[in-house]
Amino acid sequence: MKIVVLVKQVPDSGADRNLRSDDNTVDRASASNVINEMDEYAIEEALRLQEAHGGEVVILTVGPDRATESIRKALSMGPDSAVHVVDDALHGSCAVATSKVLAAAIAQQGADLVICGAESTDGRVQVLPHMIAERLGIAALTGARKLTVDGTSLTIERQTDEGYEVVTASTPALVSVWDTINDPRYPSFKGIMAAKKKPLQTLSLGDLGIAAGEVGFDGATSTVVEHSKRPPRQAGNKIDAGDDGGSKLVEYLASEKFV
Amino acid sequence: MKPVERVLPTEEAADLIGLVREIADGELAPRVDDFEARAQFPREQFRLLGRAGLLGLPFDVEHGGGGQPYEVYLQVLEELAGRWLAVAEGVSVHSLACYPTAAFGTETQRKRHLPDMLGGELLGAYCLSEPQSGSDAASLTTRAEPDGDGYTVRGTKAWITHAGKADFYNVFCRTPEGISCLLLDAGTPGLQPQAPERTMGLRSSTVAQIVLDGAHVPADRLLGEPGGGFKIALNALDGGRLGIAACAVGLAQAALDYAVDYAKDRQQFGRSILEFQGVGFMLADMATQIAAARALYLSAARLRDAGRPHSAEAAKAKLFCTDTAMRVTTDAVQVLGGAGYVSDHPVERYMREAKVLQIFEGTNQIQRLVIARSL
Repeated sequence: MKIVVLVKQVPDSGADRNLRSDDNTVDRASASNVINEMDEYAIEEALRLQEAHGGEVVILTVGPDRATESIRKALSMGPDSAVHVVDDALHGSCAVATSKVLAAAIAQQGADLVICGAESTDGRVQVLPHMIAERLGIAALTGARKLTVDGTSLTIERQTDEGYEVVTASTPALVSVWDTINDPRYPSFKGIMAAKKKPLQTLSLGDLGIAAGEVGFDGATSTVVEHSKRPPRQAGNKIDAGDDGGSKLVEYLASEKFV
Repeated sequence: MKPVERVLPTEEAADLIGLVREIADGELAPRVDDFEARAQFPREQFRLLGRAGLLGLPFDVEHGGGGQPYEVYLQVLEELAGRWLAVAEGVSVHSLACYPTAAFGTETQRKRHLPDMLGGELLGAYCLSEPQSGSDAASLTTRAEPDGDGYTVRGTKAWITHAGKADFYNVFCRTPEGISCLLLDAGTPGLQPQAPERTMGLRSSTVAQIVLDGAHVPADRLLGEPGGGFKIALNALDGGRLGIAACAVGLAQAALDYAVDYAKDRQQFGRSILEFQGVGFMLADMATQIAAARALYLSAARLRDAGRPHSAEAAKAKLFCTDTAMRVTTDAVQVLGGAGYVSDHPVERYMREAKVLQIFEGTNQIQRLVIARSL
């Protein structure tokens, strides 16, 4: 089985993150960039499937030059190779255009299974898995907290607010995963060394048969017109643990619909 | 706090330090308080370090090691010690326990034992001290009597880190030729770990006596020459002392970082206490001592990596770094005042932990003896 794992480099959600003042895109240059957290679970799931069933795991990233750091980091966990789509024309791409690029690269690779995180911590739109599956004409098993593979048959437990749904499909298919699905491994020192020597193929939009005007700002279906920083946090309400502290707390929780 | 700025010899060493920081911050730092409070040995955490390739760093790649110079390995220990001293000390002890096989084992012994020892699943222990033989290590009385196809070992070893947790034990004992070094498996009948000591600090590191009550050891488990054990012990201790020196610097750095953060945050008389010269100068002295200590152990490490004699330099590093750790951790408690004396903050633990660094791997008085004899 050939598994393609989608990996996105995002600004570290634990640090300060900003949009650029000139074009309202994510400021990646001044940020501390990391692998999108949910994608580490996707990599781990792919590696576990490979350990159980054999096959090949390929990392696929669309992003600027510096995304190479995240690709090497992903490879240090154990995947066999990586494909990096990098092209200046991609800057400013919306989710629809990005899905076109990813779908074209996946089609070129010929994957039996595509695994990705259920969302990225920068965009958080959660639509890319569906868009890619639609473009490729394959099943989308989204929001998995568990994945089992039996030959060409895939079964997931789709996490919902109330519990989970069991969804099945046959390969080729796409599975998106939440962080409940596994516990990603740390790279090993030997893995880091080996990652430096693993094949990393770089593709341009031309290599995928996509014109520059179909992506980036020109091809975007949505535009961020303006943005402003989130206002600083207000001081919270303090409830003293006095005689009526308990009832005041309950009143507050009820008013905020927490209870 | 910003991480310590390190000048590393290779890109792979920089990657290694990055990995160590990631694991130490993600897996060690969040657990240390709980494990120390419960005196719980972190066996799973050692497995995690092992799988990441961190339990064989200073040994040859050929036998499964990481092929790293001491200059790099010691900085890994320092990073680990800043999050969890007992784990860093455990890694140092494990390296100490692998050393006799790596440096004095025959090719057959190295091929047979080292891949497992360095592979990450096993943990080692090093048994030199005895209840009546501490600083005067050559006075040890554990006996290994030839019994035909090997030895029968009788005696008691003391202060054994990883006692009852380790998978293999280096045991220094008396054979007819003199002091020799034997390699025992944990399951050897007659090898009996005793109840753990109740220690002042490093409580998550299990320390106990090992009673050897007629333990049979095959002849092919003799490391080095019969009677060559004391030389092995002294050689191993050079590396072990550097390991403790690096651990001490990591601990001191953690104490300084915590004290600086606290002093910046703590307001008295309308300003942060860091702005008072009495506190600021104290922290400046701590930072300077730590920088000097780090430079000293790295200088000794580079001598070792260059294959040069370094016993006196290792002793100087162990002495200075551990005395620095004691002073810095004590001052860190002082900076925090009353808050430093309660276990809500880690500095009282750091201070308790620093004490043992001045004692084990040769007391600091023994280090002075080694240095004085080298002059």
